[in-house]
Amino acid sequence: MKRFLALLKKEYLHIFRDMRTLMILFGMPIVQILIFGYVIKNEVKDVDIAVLDYAHDEYSIELRSKIQASGYLNIVDELQSSEQIHDAFKRAKVSEVIVFPNDLANDLQKDNQPAIQLILDATDPNYAQLIGQYTEAILLDYAVEMSAITPQQESIKLENRMVFNEELESSFMFVPGTMAFILMLLSALMSSITIAREKETGSMEVLLVSSLKPLQVVLGKVMPYVILAFVNAVSVILVGNIVFGVPIEGSVILLMLVSVLFVITSLALGIMISTIADKQFTAMMMSMLILMLPTMLLSGFIFPIENMPEVLQWLSCIIPARWYLEIIKSIMLKGAGIAFIWQQVLILTGMFIVTIAISVKNYKLRLE
Amino acid sequence: MQADKVIQVHNLVKKFGNFTANDALSFDVYRGEIFGFLGANGAGKTTTIKILTGLSKPTSGDISVAGFDVYKQSDDIKRNIGYMSQKFSLYEDLSIVENIRLYGGIYGLSRKEIKNRTNALLSRLGIEDKANVLIGSLPLGWKQKIAFSVAIVHNPDIVFLDEPSSGVDPITRRQFWDMIYEAAHQGITVFVTTHYMDEAEYCDRVAILVSGKMVALDSPGKLKHDYDEDSMEGVFVKLARGKRSFVKNNK
Repeated sequence: MKRFLALLKKEYLHIFRDMRTLMILFGMPIVQILIFGYVIKNEVKDVDIAVLDYAHDEYSIELRSKIQASGYLNIVDELQSSEQIHDAFKRAKVSEVIVFPNDLANDLQKDNQPAIQLILDATDPNYAQLIGQYTEAILLDYAVEMSAITPQQESIKLENRMVFNEELESSFMFVPGTMAFILMLLSALMSSITIAREKETGSMEVLLVSSLKPLQVVLGKVMPYVILAFVNAVSVILVGNIVFGVPIEGSVILLMLVSVLFVITSLALGIMISTIADKQFTAMMMSMLILMLPTMLLSGFIFPIENMPEVLQWLSCIIPARWYLEIIKSIMLKGAGIAFIWQQVLILTGMFIVTIAISVKNYKLRLE
Repeated sequence: MQADKVIQVHNLVKKFGNFTANDALSFDVYRGEIFGFLGANGAGKTTTIKILTGLSKPTSGDISVAGFDVYKQSDDIKRNIGYMSQKFSLYEDLSIVENIRLYGGIYGLSRKEIKNRTNALLSRLGIEDKANVLIGSLPLGWKQKIAFSVAIVHNPDIVFLDEPSSGVDPITRRQFWDMIYEAAHQGITVFVTTHYMDEAEYCDRVAILVSGKMVALDSPGKLKHDYDEDSMEGVFVKLARGKRSFVKNNK
């Protein structure tokens, strides 16, 4: 045990002596969460649009003020002719043009269905669709109001309510995602690099010749990173909670426990990589390619898993971050307890056991 | 088992697939002697040292180190040996004292022992004032001396030095060998691999390895006499040539 402590102390000195790395370790999570939180938005808010109003009557003006008042759309330009539409898009000033027909009033009074045209800039298809839906909702709302004034036949009225994230804040999505990403990055990348460094400088041999067990050597190297990653997990949750208002509906203790589980799974992956990589650079590239990119793309962090081709959906099942993300979203946003997430927890535990088993086996092979 | 034989190797074979790195090596090393393992790069020196230090397992052969069997008692062996690799393996971002403390701690010395030996080590090297200097800022010769001192900080029976002086100039090498003699005087057996012929001259006995086989084993003086050469360099060249023609004839 005393030997093990000597090793821990050394690792602690390595980490705290290297101020640059330390700043990256503690600074990066905060910076990343702020960047992701502020930059990546997929909710509609103050989108600049233009109108082409052929009608210019009380209805169109009322509609326009309703649109402006919604807070989602912002009318910045009034076009005079249909020729100007494409130009407006090309200058990329607006994302949508709403065209009111000149017989708008007539149609509305005669109970005809007025045809209002929405033209959308689909260079970003998802976004265009989203704006279209918002506009539609505003216009339908107005139509319902109209029919309330002049009673008509009953029609179906849809009432949507978004639960667990009523305001559709994208930070609710990105804070857990960033958490998964950061923990994976720190744990796997740092642990694989730190072990590969010992191999590269030759000091690993000396440690192995000493009476320390190989397992002790590896544990001594990765243990400090468990603590570091844990501190980071806490800081990311705090920033998410204070700056972006991401709630923690469920148990904080449960959240911490599963985070530790995810951290040690990532560390095990890092160790596995370091059993293959002999150089720091190799370890870094392997971590990047094998862990970082899939975590970004396949975990459901940025792109919904349900929309992926089936093959990728299967592939996403072997990404630990996917399960972790499901768990922490359930805990943070839905307030789920262990009864709802035990399957994912079990999967993560299984992944941890398998990777650590492979690493231990590989490690022995390398010593032969 | 005789008490004065600290390393006993009988018919050591190590194969990597089809390649035989160590081919039926047999030798004994006596307590307190400086035993040199001489050979060109790739002759199998490092493989042997790895087996003797428990980093690697032999394919076959009877081997005991410090009285323990390499197959079953590698933990006991590890407690009784020191090791210094080609790369010195001190941590560059730790200070001299921190490195000593680390290895002292890893070898299970008590806090008091570590303190005493650290002070003794610093004063012997005359670097009390540099105790907190980072290893990374020291010249290579100093790193080498400290690495050696650290490798024997726990007073092992045997210290293994794997090409300890590669990249160091001859004068520094000479100073380094003074330290090795001192350690041998204290009863620490020194097992050293090298491809520097001048170093071979400093050893009590030298084993010469050519392509995995041991072709000679004796004191440098005896070897020079037997092969009628003035220097170990001559002996080595003669043996290496002979071996090569031997290999050719075999094909």
